[in-house]
Amino acid sequence: MTPFDRADPAPPATGCADTPPVLRERGQHAVFCGLTGIIWLHRKMRDAFFLIVGSRTCAHLMQSAAGVMIFAEPRFATAILEEQDLAGLADANDELDRVVDRLLARRPDVKTLFLVGSCPSEVIKIDLARAAQRLSRRHLPTTRVLAYSGSGIETTFTEGEDACLASLVPEMPATKAGSLLVIGSLPDMVEDQFARLFAAMGLEDTAFLPAREAFALPAVGPGTRVLMAQPFLAATAKALEDRGAVVLSAPYPFGAEGTEAWLRAGAEALGVSPDHITAAIAPGKARAAKALASAREKLAGRSVFFFPDSQLEIPLARFLAREMGMRLIEVGTPYLHRRHMAAEMALLPDGVTLSEGQDVDRQLDRARAARPDLTVCGLGLANPLEAEGLATKWSIELVFSPIHGFEHAADLAELFTRPLTRRALLAHAQDQSTRGPEPCASS
Amino acid sequence: MRLTVWTYDGPPHVGAMRVVTAMRGVHYVLHAPQGDTYADLLFTMIERRDRRPPVTYTTFKASDLGADTAALFKETARAAYERFRPQAMIVSPSCTGELIQDDPGGLAKALDLPVPVIPLHLNSYQRKENWGAAETFHALVRGCCRGRTYEPKPAGARPTANILGPAALGFRHRDDQVEVRRLLGLLGIDVAVTAPWEASPADLARLPEADFNVVLYPEVADTAAKWLSRTFRQPFTRTIPIGLNATRDFLREAAELAGVDPAPALAAVEAEARMPWYSASVDSTYLTGKRVFIFGDATHAIAAARVASEELGFEVCGIGTYGREFARDVRAAAERLSLEALITDDMLEVEEAIAAARPELVLGTQMERHIAKRLGLPCAVISAPVHVQDHPARFAPQMGIEGANVIFDTWVHPLMMGLEEHLLTMFRDDPEFHDEAAPSHLGPAAPAPVAEDTADAALAWAADAEQELKKIPFFVRGKARRNTERFAADHGLSTITIETLYDAKAHFGR
Repeated sequence: MTPFDRADPAPPATGCADTPPVLRERGQHAVFCGLTGIIWLHRKMRDAFFLIVGSRTCAHLMQSAAGVMIFAEPRFATAILEEQDLAGLADANDELDRVVDRLLARRPDVKTLFLVGSCPSEVIKIDLARAAQRLSRRHLPTTRVLAYSGSGIETTFTEGEDACLASLVPEMPATKAGSLLVIGSLPDMVEDQFARLFAAMGLEDTAFLPAREAFALPAVGPGTRVLMAQPFLAATAKALEDRGAVVLSAPYPFGAEGTEAWLRAGAEALGVSPDHITAAIAPGKARAAKALASAREKLAGRSVFFFPDSQLEIPLARFLAREMGMRLIEVGTPYLHRRHMAAEMALLPDGVTLSEGQDVDRQLDRARAARPDLTVCGLGLANPLEAEGLATKWSIELVFSPIHGFEHAADLAELFTRPLTRRALLAHAQDQSTRGPEPCASS
Repeated sequence: MRLTVWTYDGPPHVGAMRVVTAMRGVHYVLHAPQGDTYADLLFTMIERRDRRPPVTYTTFKASDLGADTAALFKETARAAYERFRPQAMIVSPSCTGELIQDDPGGLAKALDLPVPVIPLHLNSYQRKENWGAAETFHALVRGCCRGRTYEPKPAGARPTANILGPAALGFRHRDDQVEVRRLLGLLGIDVAVTAPWEASPADLARLPEADFNVVLYPEVADTAAKWLSRTFRQPFTRTIPIGLNATRDFLREAAELAGVDPAPALAAVEAEARMPWYSASVDSTYLTGKRVFIFGDATHAIAAARVASEELGFEVCGIGTYGREFARDVRAAAERLSLEALITDDMLEVEEAIAAARPELVLGTQMERHIAKRLGLPCAVISAPVHVQDHPARFAPQMGIEGANVIFDTWVHPLMMGLEEHLLTMFRDDPEFHDEAAPSHLGPAAPAPVAEDTADAALAWAADAEQELKKIPFFVRGKARRNTERFAADHGLSTITIETLYDAKAHFGR
């Protein structure tokens, strides 16, 4: 018996998969658009460059989201539309060709160039897909040019990654061989950990999309079994299914439980025996269980409220409820894809409110009324809620940090314990200073 | 289309947000797609505000475009009014909103709300953040002063002034307005209204009651101040009190507008300011003639050039701005220094200009901080845009007496102190101090020094001269190399010997 087994009570009764009460809301969304996905995608795909066709607002958003990364020669930029570009569509294409030629001349190392659509470029209907075809003809075999939309009118935050990966799928070579394909960009360290675990089960040729070099794409075909490492990849999954691949249903690899179920789903689909899987994952699972025990002491019984942000909310809430013993008040997600979330919903405790979409002011009213112990939300809301006395965890960090798999389960838990620990420390210190020094124990 | 990685300025609606976020009782309804709320976090994170900016976004999506985005706007504006009950509202489209051609002004008018609703036309594809701030402030002042007339003041009343310009996300606006209020207090002038900083629409309606206006940041307040001057015969100050000389000029200017004697206030400057003595003290002697490159918004760049040359004894070797609205003023300031102003919002051009000018100190924005880091140059921040650390917890104005003290510390700190420079030269042959030795705090894995570039490829350095050059401390070696090469070129020499090195040193010696 591991320490984790002792700490974990019988799983709560579940019912969300059968009767999921989902609150659907329409109103102001306090979320990022899909362009922000570029921030982590360009780090992952080292041979890729992302050229946004958009406005000064898009460039300003990227600058605000990228922080100091903007000064480290990042592989993204914005072709800012100006007054004259709005006048006629013909010269918008000429202008784009000029900008791309100049860019590729400056950055000859770029092998995949993504033209990324924005709200302005979508509204004035610049056909970036056709532009990508035209530019590909001009720049292949050195550089492949693809297009997708990261606009706010079509995509929310992480959906930008979905749109990007979906644009890669038609370029993937065909295969008839049976193999496992993991989709969703993961920090290199996490990807290596998963690759080692699958290799230990005999699945040496597990492929990842995106790969570190986007130009060398993995193959896909009827034998491909797709394991989603991230929940926000509906369009990519659909595109892979159109190529004959089979998308597996599994919880997402967060926490010890999620990681085990996810690894099992992938390996079993490739015919690995359950015993073999158990043996391969045993050390990692034991380490995760041990590392999670202390976090559970800090989180058990506390309530948590999720504002929508990344579509990671439901899997993370499942982890916090089942492995950390937290109480879920409301779990908001920008978009709820029932099929890809089915395995997660089956594990959610009864009585949780799910919400899809957002009316931020109404949702803030609900959060204020519920007074959760911890509120997971974006940076525009976090400080204002802290000022109102609510402890918050800013959600963007959950997308940028390594949190998947056994080895990072405790890091994931720590992201939620730290704000509570800090709050307790500061309150304690304040308490001490108003009471004066503690009387000496010996006196 | 313009290829851009970073921008000095945001779009104009961010300027509008800076004005309403600074104010109280105004709400902004922005016709914008999902995602434009990113701008909220500039205020909640960089400026660390404890409440959300008073902005509601319509959050239209692709599926709304075929339907009725105008109805969505009306619904949103009505709901925002009901929830926040502001004294006034402003409405505008964001850049995408401009393209779908709804008319927020007309739509809001149709709602017939019981408060003034001021429509903004922000031209997102031509204009930028500072322009948006100025336009918004101007529109709000006009809207709130509607129906007011000029009324002469009763004789004998204490003089009053408004402080115009401090906005949210401004570089040190919070503390500047405190310091300027103190300066006006020294003159016996009461501050009627400070705006937009924490002003309400009712406060804006009181603007015409003051005797004159103090414009702290023309980038935000110039348009409104000119309108107030035309409409209510309110004169406004032109001197920006950054640096002690400018502060003295400002006190004289304000005293004249108020009809008071500036002498007591000027005496207070002499009594309280520490910066002149610090600058005169012998430790500052090594500052003499340090080459400084200045870039920022026009107001701060011009002010910094004056402080650098008149009060710290630097040599200004470059000046420029990204703010095209005030390019003429920067050009004039450059001319006074026999320089050509750099007017650009392209960071790569700024980087080239800095590299070419070979300054010993860079004063600029967060962009120049990164350029300077890359070039291995000392740097201090004098202007927005800035990162979170330049919205400090401590009192840190740029203006007035305390501002001058802050400026002295901030600019001198990155330069090596005179004693340190002297010691390094004395001990340069010691194992710890020779120029390939890394600073001890970096440990053994310190980065290799950056290779020095040679200005003129036609010039050859003799081996022994090259050796001798290396004995010069690294922080003045670039200048020695440059001077020697210039000397050699001027004298038609093709090879630089030790003699040439010392001839040049004698020629340029300072």
